[in-house]
Parts: sequence; C-alpha cells; structure tokens
Amino acid sequence: MYTETTHDAAHGEHHDHGPAKGLMRWVTTTNHKDIGTLYLWLAFIMLLYGGSMAMIIRLELFQPGLQWVEPHFFNQMTTMHGLVMVFGAIMPAFVGLANWLVPIMIGAPDMALPRMNNWSFWILPFAFTMLASTTFMEGGAPAFGWTFYAPLSTTFAPDTTDFFIFAVHLMGISSVMGAINIIATILNMRAPGMTLMKMPLFVWTWLITAYLLIAVMPVLAGAVTMMLTDRHFGTSFFDAAGGGDPVMFQHVFWFFGHPEVYIMILPAFGVISAIIPTFARKPLFGYSSMVYATASIAILSFMVWAHHMFTVGMPVAGELYFMYATILISVPTGVKVFNWVTTMWKGSMTFETPMLWALGFIVMFTIGGFSGLMLGVAPVDTQYHDTYFVVAHFHYVLVTGALYSIIAAFYYWVPKWTGHMYDEKLGKIHFWWSTIAVNVLFFPQHFVGLAGMPRRIPDYSLQFAEFNAISSIGGFAFGLAQVFFLYIVIKTIRGGEKATAQVWEGATGLEFEQLPSPPPYHSFTEAPPVR
Amino acid sequence: MSSTSNQDYYVPHGTHWPIIGSVGLSLTVVGAANFLHGTWSATPIFVGIAILIFMMYGWFGTVVKESLAGTYNAQVDMSFRWGMGWFIFSEVMFFAAFFGALFYARMYSVPWLDGASNNDATAQYLWPDFEAAWPLLTLPLADKFEVAKATMSAWGLPFINTVILLTSGLTVTLAHWALKRRDNVWLVYWLFATVALGFGFVILQGIEYAHAYQDLNLRLDSGIYGSTFFMLTGFHGFHVTMGATMLLIIMIRAAKGHFSPENHFAFEAVAWYWHFVDVVWLGLFIFVYWL
Ligand code: HEM
Ligand SMILES: [Cu+2]
Repeated sequence: MYTETTHDAAHGEHHDHGPAKGLMRWVTTTNHKDIGTLYLWLAFIMLLYGGSMAMIIRLELFQPGLQWVEPHFFNQMTTMHGLVMVFGAIMPAFVGLANWLVPIMIGAPDMALPRMNNWSFWILPFAFTMLASTTFMEGGAPAFGWTFYAPLSTTFAPDTTDFFIFAVHLMGISSVMGAINIIATILNMRAPGMTLMKMPLFVWTWLITAYLLIAVMPVLAGAVTMMLTDRHFGTSFFDAAGGGDPVMFQHVFWFFGHPEVYIMILPAFGVISAIIPTFARKPLFGYSSMVYATASIAILSFMVWAHHMFTVGMPVAGELYFMYATILISVPTGVKVFNWVTTMWKGSMTFETPMLWALGFIVMFTIGGFSGLMLGVAPVDTQYHDTYFVVAHFHYVLVTGALYSIIAAFYYWVPKWTGHMYDEKLGKIHFWWSTIAVNVLFFPQHFVGLAGMPRRIPDYSLQFAEFNAISSIGGFAFGLAQVFFLYIVIKTIRGGEKATAQVWEGATGLEFEQLPSPPPYHSFTEAPPVR
Repeated sequence: MSSTSNQDYYVPHGTHWPIIGSVGLSLTVVGAANFLHGTWSATPIFVGIAILIFMMYGWFGTVVKESLAGTYNAQVDMSFRWGMGWFIFSEVMFFAAFFGALFYARMYSVPWLDGASNNDATAQYLWPDFEAAWPLLTLPLADKFEVAKATMSAWGLPFINTVILLTSGLTVTLAHWALKRRDNVWLVYWLFATVALGFGFVILQGIEYAHAYQDLNLRLDSGIYGSTFFMLTGFHGFHVTMGATMLLIIMIRAAKGHFSPENHFAFEAVAWYWHFVDVVWLGLFIFVYWL
C-alpha cells in the first residue's frame, strides 16, 4: 500500500504521467494543478457554507425584534461566518490560485515540495470538519466573534472552544507549510531568465503574502495556545487577577490580525494587475512601483495593529502613533489604484467578464479603502468602532475586494485550466446581479453604522429598520447570485467553446504564451524561454 | 536555477503519507480536547501521536532512500534549504508570541495593575495592597492562585544549562568540520557529544522544574510569572527534546555513512535547528532568568 510510484529522472527519458485513476488520485496527488483544484473547491464549499450562515444573520436582521433565532445562536452564526469566510473561503481560494498559477507563471515543473503541498491541503478538511462539528455539540459553536477576545473565549466560553482552538492550530500548520512551499517555489524554481523583476505581479504579491503568513500564523498559534492554557492549566496570560491582561490578547491577536487582512488582499492586487493590462491591451503602468508598494504595505502592516483597539484604552501617544501609521498605509495602496487606472488610460479596452469583475474591484475596494481611512482616524473611530460602519468597511474590502478578485481570477484563468470558455452572457449576468446586490447589501450599512447601530447584535432599535430590510434583500440576492455562480462553474468545467492557447487577445505571460489550454498534467518539463 | 531542463527536478508521484499524517494529527487534537473535557481517556492522544511518528518514519524514510539513490539534484537540495530556513523562521515567530507576552506583562500589564499610566483608581479600588514587581510573586488576587514563594535564580542550573547548550553549539560545528573533511569517525563522536549535551540539558531542566514545583511553589498557575516562565521554558525544552532526537537520528545516519561533504542537507538542517534552539535559550536566559 505504501509503495510510491516514482518518477525516475535518472535515466533522463521523458515520461508523461497522466493523473492516477479513481478517487485516490485526489487524496494522494502531488500535482500542483490537482491540489490547486482541491483548494478552490474547498474554498467554494466554504463560501457556500459561510454564506448560508450569512443568510441566517440577514434573515434575523430583516426586521427589528427577535424572529427566527435565539441571540446565542445568532452569535454563533456571526462568529462561524467570519471564521469560515476568512480561513475557509478567502485564504484557501488564494492558495488554490497560487498552486495553479505560480508554477505555470514562472516556468516551473511543479511546486518545490510536492508532497508537503499535498499535506498543506489535506489538513484543512479535517480542521474545518472539527470547527463545523462544534455547531452540533453541547454548548454550541464559538459565539465570541471571529476575533475571539478573552475573557469571552477563555473564562466564559463553552468546552467546544477547545475544538476551535485545535482547528486554528491545524489551519496554522497548513498555512505555514503552504506558504513555505510557495516561497521555495518562487525563489528556487523560476525558469532561466525569469528574474525577480520579470515575475508577474501575482507571483510577487504571493511571495510577499507567503512571508506575511509565515510571520503571523505562528503568532496566532501562540495566541490560541495561551487561551488553551488559560482555560485548562491555570495560566494567567489574559487574567488581570494573576498579573496578566485581557487587552494583551487583543494585542497578540491583532498583531496577527492586521497582517492577515493584507494576506487576504495582496494576492488580489496581483490578480487585478494581471487582468487590467490584458483588457486594456497595454502593459501594466509602474510595474516596479507596484512591487515596492506591495513590499511597503507588507512591512507597514506589522506596525498598525492597534488601530483595531483605539477604544480599549491606550496611552495617547499610542493612539497617535497607530493613527498616523495606519493612514500612512493608504499611500502605497493609493499607488496601486493609481497604477491600475493609469494602465487603462488611453488603452483599447474591452469589457469581458473578468475585466468587469476587476473594474468592480477597483471601484468598490477603493470605497472600502476610504472607509478604512475614516476608521483609522482615532478620535472619530471612537464613534464608529464596533458599529455597522466597520462591518460595511471590511465587507467592501473583503467581498468586493478579495472575493471579487477571486471570481475575476476564475473567469480569467478558467479557460486556461479547463480548455473551455465560460458562457460570456452568464458571466456578465453574474457580475451585474452580484454588483447591484452587494451594494444594496453593504452600502446602507454605512448609514446605520454612522447612526450608531452596533455590530454583532440580533435585534436593533426601530430607526434602523428600513436600511436593515434593504440590506437583507441585497444579501439574499447576493447569496443567490453565488449559487448561480456554482452553476456557471460546473457548466464551464463540463464543456463550452474551445479556448485558444492565448485565451485573451491581449494576454501575456508564460501560462498564455507557452502552454496549450488546458495545459498538460505536467507542464514545463522543459523550462520555457523567457523574454 | 541549475539547468534548462526541468526533468532533473524530482517531482514525486502520489504519496499516502500526508493523509496518514492528517488522520494522526486530528486524532491527537480531538483526543486532547476530549481528554481535557474528561470524556475520553488519554489513549486516543497516544494513538494519534503513534500514527504521526509512523508517518514521519515512513515519509522521512522515503526521502532518505531517494536521497541516497541520488534522486535529488542541487536544485531540489536548494528547495529543502529554503523550506527548512523558513520553517525555522516560523518557529522564531511562535516564540516571539510568548516573548511578546512576557515583555507586555513586564512593561505594561503588571505596572498598570499597580496604578501606572492613569490607572490609579483601578488599582486603589480593586487591589490596594498589590505592588508591581518583577519577577511577580504577589498577585492582584492572590487567593485565586498558587503563589510562588521565591523566584528561580539564574546562576544555578540555568547557568549550567547555558554552558551546556553553548558547548553543544560548538560540538555540532566540530561535527560539521569533521564531515567536511570526510572524517566519519569524528563526525559521529562530535554528534554523540552534542546529543548527550542536548539530553543532559533536558534532564537538568526536569530537575529544575521539580525544584520549582516542590521547593519554590513556582508553578504554571502561579500567576503571570509562572505562566510566562513555564510556557517559554517548556516550549523551549520541547524543542530541545525534538532537536536532540533529530540529532540522534542524524548520528545514526552518519554512522551508516549517509553523508558526504557534497551531500548532507539533513545534517545541516538539524544543525540550523540546533543553533535556533540555542539562540532562543540565550533570550530565555537573559529575559526570563537573569534580568
Ligand atoms: C486603506 C487601508 C485600510 C485602512 C486605513 C483600514 C483601517 C481599519 C480600521 C481602523 C479598522 C478598525 C475599525 C474599528 O474596529 O473601529 C478596520 C477594520 C477592519 N478592516 Fe480595515 N483598513 C484598511 C484596509 C483593509 C483591507 C484591505 C482589509 C481586508 C482585505 C481590511 C479588513 C478589515 C477588517 C476585517 C476589519 C474588521 C475587524 C473586526 O473588528 O472584525 N481593511 N480597518
Ligand atoms: Cu487592521
């Protein structure tokens, strides 16, 4: 059972192994394309799972008063929704894209450490099964928010919290191994001539993202480990009675948490930087400034974490420092938006589905960036903190930002992956349906937030009723649009117009110039020439 | 980038070890959670760990076999090096979380509990008798905890342990030099010395823990001093145990003649790891024991 089929490279003869047969192909695979596909499907399943919890949230908030669920169950829904979307949908989706794309973008035969690549993925189904199973246990799922602040998550949390803690440990192990693999691949597996400054930006952004992952996932592991010992072994890290401090939890968490939000957006920047030039038929404006902007965002992201803690009580000097540092990040972020817009300037643009999603990204991510700027101003954050304004902010950057880029990436590269064009008409319907719905869903949340509606509550004061009803309608429509997306995905995999090798008229890069659509199971067994 | 042909880069086809590892890992943690809740015995934890050990034995065994068969070219070797280097960086960040907790407690939370930085009223109303100090022996609410009687002195066992670990850093380097001049005999001797020093460290650490618990009443649940002390030294001790075990395996492999000056990544990886636990210990010695 444990014999491994090995690729005997020693005698130099070329084998073109296809995939193994049967279900075990997916369990034992070391192929970056298979593993990329697994990650992407896991992410989609998690998106629908997390989305169904969002539907419950919006259902309850459709009207003031308690209609459908108990407050405690409502809290479980908001918590699990956040955890599943962050760790289950967005992060695995980007790792899936990295698996599929990094090797074929840099001319590598596969990922650097293919066996470990398999393990990075196959830990995740176990971790999420553990996490999801808490919903059905006594005490229920975690209900302390996706940020799991102590002492809610230590002194006052049910036994099931320990399953959550270990699930986070497993996700951390998976992420760190995945990130190590991506870095090793990018640094060591580039085709001759693919210098660092010739790499596609998606590869650059992932290189930096992987660095962020390795730097902060272990800190998260440390945070949950301290939670575990506080809960069971009498330590007092987060307990003032023993000399510790619950606020320390927030510092440790956000030291992970803020870089984490950039982990979820930097690869998105890479995707957009690939799509915009293709459909503007112009090379990306300011390539090197994009690289430097990405790097400076990554460095700065370690130094701003306490902007999530303006209201917990910090010395004034701390408030000021974190305010200015936070606002400083918008400079490199602005550089990026400027470069995308300038790339389109006087381009001969067409608006195929991937371009629509990318444009949607630029417009709406920027809205999220602006609300972020407002939140970054310490004195006014005292008003906005823990209101729906924050909810609106991070959904603009994460849904119309990160998720939009993932969907854009799907439409852009799926013809390459499957050899089939998606249905352009359906893709466009998907875009407009989602974009109208998502704004109906999240834009009103700015207003209720500014007016003072707190986040993470199942009931609210009457004056917020109209905007919440509108928001819920947008929510159901957006949810339904993603079920429609599932249909488009399956339809595209099963068939469709044949894609050419280049797929898009203006597409550049090794994956479009050097490989057929779909690429062979093992691509670049010979390193491609790099211009 | 050693060659234009990617065919020399070894890409394995299919492996069962990861899924076995996932099962072992999950069983271990699910077992641990249930053990903590008193619903299961400790057996599932040990079964899980056994599966993990089996997985590592099989996985690394395969890799060793492939390495000896000459399957890996220089580029594969480089991938392993990047992998190990970044893995050690992740470990550094794991320890950073606990060092962060230590510094935060020493610089902020303990003084604040005694009224520093605008917190006078809190301190006066909640625990007027509490006085900030480090190492912290009196606690804001002492009756909730096992209060430690005394602090751990740096200049007894901890100092000896420092000398031991620094010496072991030297012996592992001497082993490397022996390896580079193809002196397999001294390679094994120096590795043996390193392994012995490593396990010696762990034993002394055990004696120190017994002293802490029995004589000083310094325990994991003695407030923030005990918490940071045992978490930092405990995770470090665990890493030393792992490192010494890996060194032992490397020693056995060296005795079998697995390494040559051209091809000994496994040796170097473990040596890097050993230097890493060494450096962490220096941080511990300075900030946990000494200052
Ligand atoms: C211009 C850049 C940005 C700035 C200045 C900024 C600023 C902020 C601030 C100050 C908060 C805390 C608000 C509060 O709790 O009172 C916040 C929350 C948040 N931001 Fe941003 N942000 C930016 C971009 C992003 C991006 C790109 C993402 C993710 C892709 C993101 C995700 C989040 C999330 C998830 C939260 C809420 C965390 C929680 O409390 O649950 N932000 N942002
Ligand atoms: Cu932040």
